[in-house]
Order: sequence, then C-alpha cells, then structure tokens
Amino acid sequence: MHGIVSVIVVLIVITDFLLLSAGWLKSAIRVVAIQGLALGFLPLFVHQDGLSLRLAAIAILVIILKGIVFPRLLMRSLRELNTVRTITYYVGPMASLLIGILVMSSSLWWGNVLPLPDQTGYRLAIPMVFFTIVTGLFLIVSRRQALMQIIGYLALENGIYAFGVFFAQSESMLIEIGILLDVFVGVFIMGVMVFHISREFDNIEAGQLSTLKDWFQSRQGLVSKDPKA
Amino acid sequence: MMILALILFPALMGLASFMTRRNDVRRIVLIATAIVHIVLTATVWLYRPDPIIDGWLQLDALGLVFLSIVSCLFMAAAVYAVAYLAKEQPGARPDFEESTLFVNEPEAVFVGCLLLFLSTMTLVTFSHNFGVLWVAVEATTLSSAPLIYFHRHHRSLEATWKYLLICSVGIALALLGTFFLAFAAGGKEAAGVPLVVSELIANAPLLRIPFIKVAFLFMLVGYGTKMGLAPLHSWLPDAHSEAPSVVSALLSGALLNCAFLGILRMTQVLNATGSGDFARDLLLVFGLLSVVVATVFIVAQLDFKRMLAYSSIEHMGILAVGVGIGGLGLFGAMLHAVNHSLAKGMLFLVAGNILARYHTKSIKMISGVSHDLPVSGMLWMAGLFAITGTPPFGLFQSELTIIRAAFDTGHILAAIVLLAALGIIFVGMASIILAMVYGSGTTSTSDKSPAPRESLYSVIPPAILCGGVLVLGVYIPPALNQLLAEAARLLGGR
Repeated sequence: MHGIVSVIVVLIVITDFLLLSAGWLKSAIRVVAIQGLALGFLPLFVHQDGLSLRLAAIAILVIILKGIVFPRLLMRSLRELNTVRTITYYVGPMASLLIGILVMSSSLWWGNVLPLPDQTGYRLAIPMVFFTIVTGLFLIVSRRQALMQIIGYLALENGIYAFGVFFAQSESMLIEIGILLDVFVGVFIMGVMVFHISREFDNIEAGQLSTLKDWFQSRQGLVSKDPKA
Repeated sequence: MMILALILFPALMGLASFMTRRNDVRRIVLIATAIVHIVLTATVWLYRPDPIIDGWLQLDALGLVFLSIVSCLFMAAAVYAVAYLAKEQPGARPDFEESTLFVNEPEAVFVGCLLLFLSTMTLVTFSHNFGVLWVAVEATTLSSAPLIYFHRHHRSLEATWKYLLICSVGIALALLGTFFLAFAAGGKEAAGVPLVVSELIANAPLLRIPFIKVAFLFMLVGYGTKMGLAPLHSWLPDAHSEAPSVVSALLSGALLNCAFLGILRMTQVLNATGSGDFARDLLLVFGLLSVVVATVFIVAQLDFKRMLAYSSIEHMGILAVGVGIGGLGLFGAMLHAVNHSLAKGMLFLVAGNILARYHTKSIKMISGVSHDLPVSGMLWMAGLFAITGTPPFGLFQSELTIIRAAFDTGHILAAIVLLAALGIIFVGMASIILAMVYGSGTTSTSDKSPAPRESLYSVIPPAILCGGVLVLGVYIPPALNQLLAEAARLLGGR
C-alpha cells in the first residue's frame, strides 16, 4: 500500500513539472488528465482501514470526471479553435521549470519543518500538495490563454483535493459529491466561455481581456476592436 | 419542510423556466417565485423551522437576517427585471460604447439562472455545515456568471471571465480552509466532530487551535475574494459595471452578504475556541484597507456604475470593520448589512434607468437627470444621501453605531480612518451625482427624443427600497431590532 501511494505522489509531482514545461495545449490537457486519474486512485490506497463502498464510489466518480470528462470537454473546446495549438506565455517554459524546481525544493524543506502532525506517514504528501497548488496558481497567472487558465484551475483543485484525501477524512459523501458537482459545472461553464472568447477575439488569449479599466478615458482610445493587439 | 421549500422551490422554477418557450409565462414565474419566497421568509420569521439533515441546514438569527435581505431584494429585482426584459429589443443591436453589434443571452437562460441564483443564495443562508456552505457559495458563483454575460459583447465577456476565474480560484482556497477545519476537528480526542457550526462550538476545547487559525485565514481569503475585500476585489468593479443593473443590484446587495456570512460562520467557531481576537484583528485590517482603497477609486471615478461598485467595496469594508471591532459594532454591522443592501439595490436599479435613457455610463456625458427622468433623478439624489450615511437614512444610524463602538473599545485609529474616508466619499459622490442630476441636459447624447414617461415597474421597486432605508433610519421595528441583537449575540456581542 505504502509503495503505491508513494508512486502516485511522485507521479503527481512529475505531472506538475510536465504542466510547467508543456508547449502544446493538447499535451497540457493530456497531462492534467493523467494527474486527475492518479488522484482518483489515491484515496483507494491512502486509507489503511480498507476499502469502503463510500471510498470506492468517490474514487470512481473522480476518475470519471477528472480523468475522462474534463479532458474531453477541454479537447472539444480546443478542436473548435482550429487555429491555435501552442501555448503562449508571460513566463516561458524554462523559467517556469526553474521556478517549479525552486518551489518544490522549498516545499520539501518546510514540509519537514511544518508542525502538521503526521497521521498518514507519507512524508512527500505535504510538499506534493503545496507544489500542485502553487503550480495551478502559477499557470493561471503566467499563461496567456483562457484554456490554460482552466488547466491551472484544475491543477489547483487537484492539489486541494489531494490535501483532503490525506488529511480531512471526516467529510461526508454527500458533500464530496456536491464539491465535485460544483467543480464540474465550473469547468463546463469555463469551457463555454472559452468558446465565446474565441469567437469574439478570433483566439483564446485571455490577455486580450483587458479593456475594463478604472480610467474611462484610457478606454476611449480602444473603442475599435483590434484582434491582433 | 419550510427549509427545503425555500431552497427547492426557486430551483425547480428556475429549471422550469429553462424548459418553457414562452417569455410571458417565464416572467410570471419569476414574479410568482419571488412572491412565494418572500411569503415563506415571512413565515419563518414567525415559526422558526427545525434543523434538518443532522443540523446541516438550519435557520438561526444570523441566517435569517441574510435570508430576509436576499428575499426582499430579489422581490424588488424581479419586478424590475420584468420591465427590463420587456424593454430589451430582440435581435442584434449596436453597442452603446462601441459601434459593434451584439445580441442578448436567451431569456430562458437569464431568468432560469436568476431563479437558480436565488435558490443557491438561500442555501447559503441555511448552511450550517462548512462543506455545504462551500458548495452553496461556489454554486452562487456558477449560477450568477451567465447573468453577467447577458449582453453578449466583449466587455461583459471579459467581466464574466474575470469573475468566474478569480472567484473560483478564491473559493478553491476556501475549500482548502474547509479541509484544514476538518483536519483541526479530526484530532484524536475530537475525532468525529462534524463540521456543523453548533457542534464545532460545543466541542471547541477539542479542536486544534493552530489549524483552526489556518482554516480561518484560507476562508477569509476565499470568501473575502467573493465579498470584495481589498486587495482581492479586482473582479468586482468589472462585473458590477458590465452586468445588467438588476443583476448588479443582486450581486451587490445579496451575493456579497452571502460571502460575508461564510466568514461570519467561521468567526463564530473562532470565538468559541477563544481565539476570536485573531479573527477580529484580521477583519479589521482587511476592512479598513477596503474602505481606503474604495475611497481612492470613488473620488476619481468616471463611470457611475463602477462608482457604485467601489461603494460596495467600501461598505463591505465597513461591515468587516464592524465585526472586527466587536461589542456594539456587531449590532451595527448587522444593521448596516440590511441598510446597505436596500440602499445599494435601489441605487443600482436607478442607475439602470439612467443607463437606459442616456446610453452611456460616463459621468461627464450625463446631466439634467432630474429634468429628463424626474422620479429617477429624485431617487438618485436620495440614494446619494442614503449611501453616504446622511441622516435621516438608516446608514447614518448603523455607521454611527460602528464608529461609536470603535471609540468605546479603544480602536481610535480605526474610527478616525473610517470618519475621514466617509467624509471624503461623501464629497466625492456628491460632486459626481449632483453634476449628473442638475444641469440643462443639453450635453447628453444625441438621441434626445422627448422623454417617454418612466414606467412604474422601473421606479416603484427602487422607491420602495428607498422608503425602507428611510424608515430604518427613523424607526427600527422591535422584531427586527431583536433579531439583529440576537444575530450580534451569536457573533459574540452583548
């Protein structure tokens, strides 16, 4: 059991690095799907007290949603934008990787320092959770495309979910399903918005969403729509 | 039974209005649901329903205050929305600010989401389980996002995207906070304490204090994003200015309060564990920061809907300060929440009337509102005095209570900052609004046809809200007074 959990944890860390270095939208979607799948299997092995029906049901639901449904949704949005294939950056993949290595090593360090009583026995769990959350947030702010921001949101949510799996076991099933439902609807609506963004601007750069400012005059110069800004 | 009815009825009606093809039926459903909701809310004032599902859903004074706000505001918004939808032309039409064409969202989606939005906000007010609370608050984000994107042009698209992304990320952090809370309640001695407010309070000595504090931090950031506390407010002015005015009224008056309720629930738990000071200090800092940031942006504002949005940030800041001060400030904050919702709801609805007449949000291009739209102009003026806390309006009372509490409890600096900010905001907003109301009106936009009479549907809802703020300034009904005091007691007041 212990070995499998460690493998999954390491796998999730690797997917984070892959997400940071990804250059193609399609591969980023695949990577986040793998991360979701790995996460789905996590609760089955973490809880030593054996497999309950509740755990199994949640695991299956997570695997279906994060491993299959979300990637499908994102792939469909991607197909509709038949021009864009590569990821555009504010911070490039090499710099992102370097930042990732820094964050990972620092979280390894303070994962040991933090007085989080270790009830699970997995020393890598806390650094992994922290790294995944930071990766998600970083992707949201450092990538230009709305689609990548959704992927960042998914990574963030994955990290938080992993924290829940390791440390918060008293949640009831109804609530977990509610949480998953919310995330599902959220991703669905975001996917629809990406479609609208792509139609409105001819591409999916969230960087173009920058008209709304506080100083009205600065907007007056921008009245004509300029798709290649 | 009552609880389920209040939550499920709007949801079912919302789904029904997705199905039906006829707009007139849908509008009747909207009004009818609002009426049923307000009647049910009045009933739970008289008979408090029993907790259901292991106490996950129950109604206490705190929830009832916010439920009443939501219900009243939705009633006004529903009536206004019907008039608004009737006036919207079908098909593509030119944008006010730019010359591009845009279409509206299908009315089925708009009305359906409006009703689902009501349902999810009601669920927030009933949630006593932190997991359910999180699910409900996130659901309010999801059901309100399509409302902001009613006018399908790129500015509202941008506003919706920012709203959806920033709030979802923020609320994801609140989920992390919820997990920390579960962890804090999952120690060896406390094993199995459910995440229900009353249970957590009863078992407070068993909780692990450091993790409770971490949980509060994450929830403050998460729900604070949604509530619009600076510096997490960046989505708010965009969403409020681009959404249809009736939606802005609901966002500002009802939704922000619901997010605030999330923070208040956690404050209750912290109070019970004896670390209430930690929560109060943080709320005080965030609150004052919000007030100061809002002041800066209101004074230099050129867009009147953004001005109202920043005013919402200011008032959310005042609420946080009120709770942060504690003591009498808690009662003041509760009263202020009620007053602010009524006043801001009214202002946004009037702003909608002005926008519909002048086709611009630029303050500089509007003058002579009192001439063109006599009733709206009057209400716009009244709204100015109400929202800036001028007597005899209710906000004067509640702001005075909070500031007095600040002096009483020795938060002199906070009191001074608040007073200064309120003074500056009064001058700033007055100069903006007076310039809009008076003047000949000749500088306004070209399509200056003889003014059609203002429709009753568009002025009666804000007028009633205005009357409410006015009455609360002079006389607080004993029942309301008692309820607010009870809510303040739940938060640790006297």
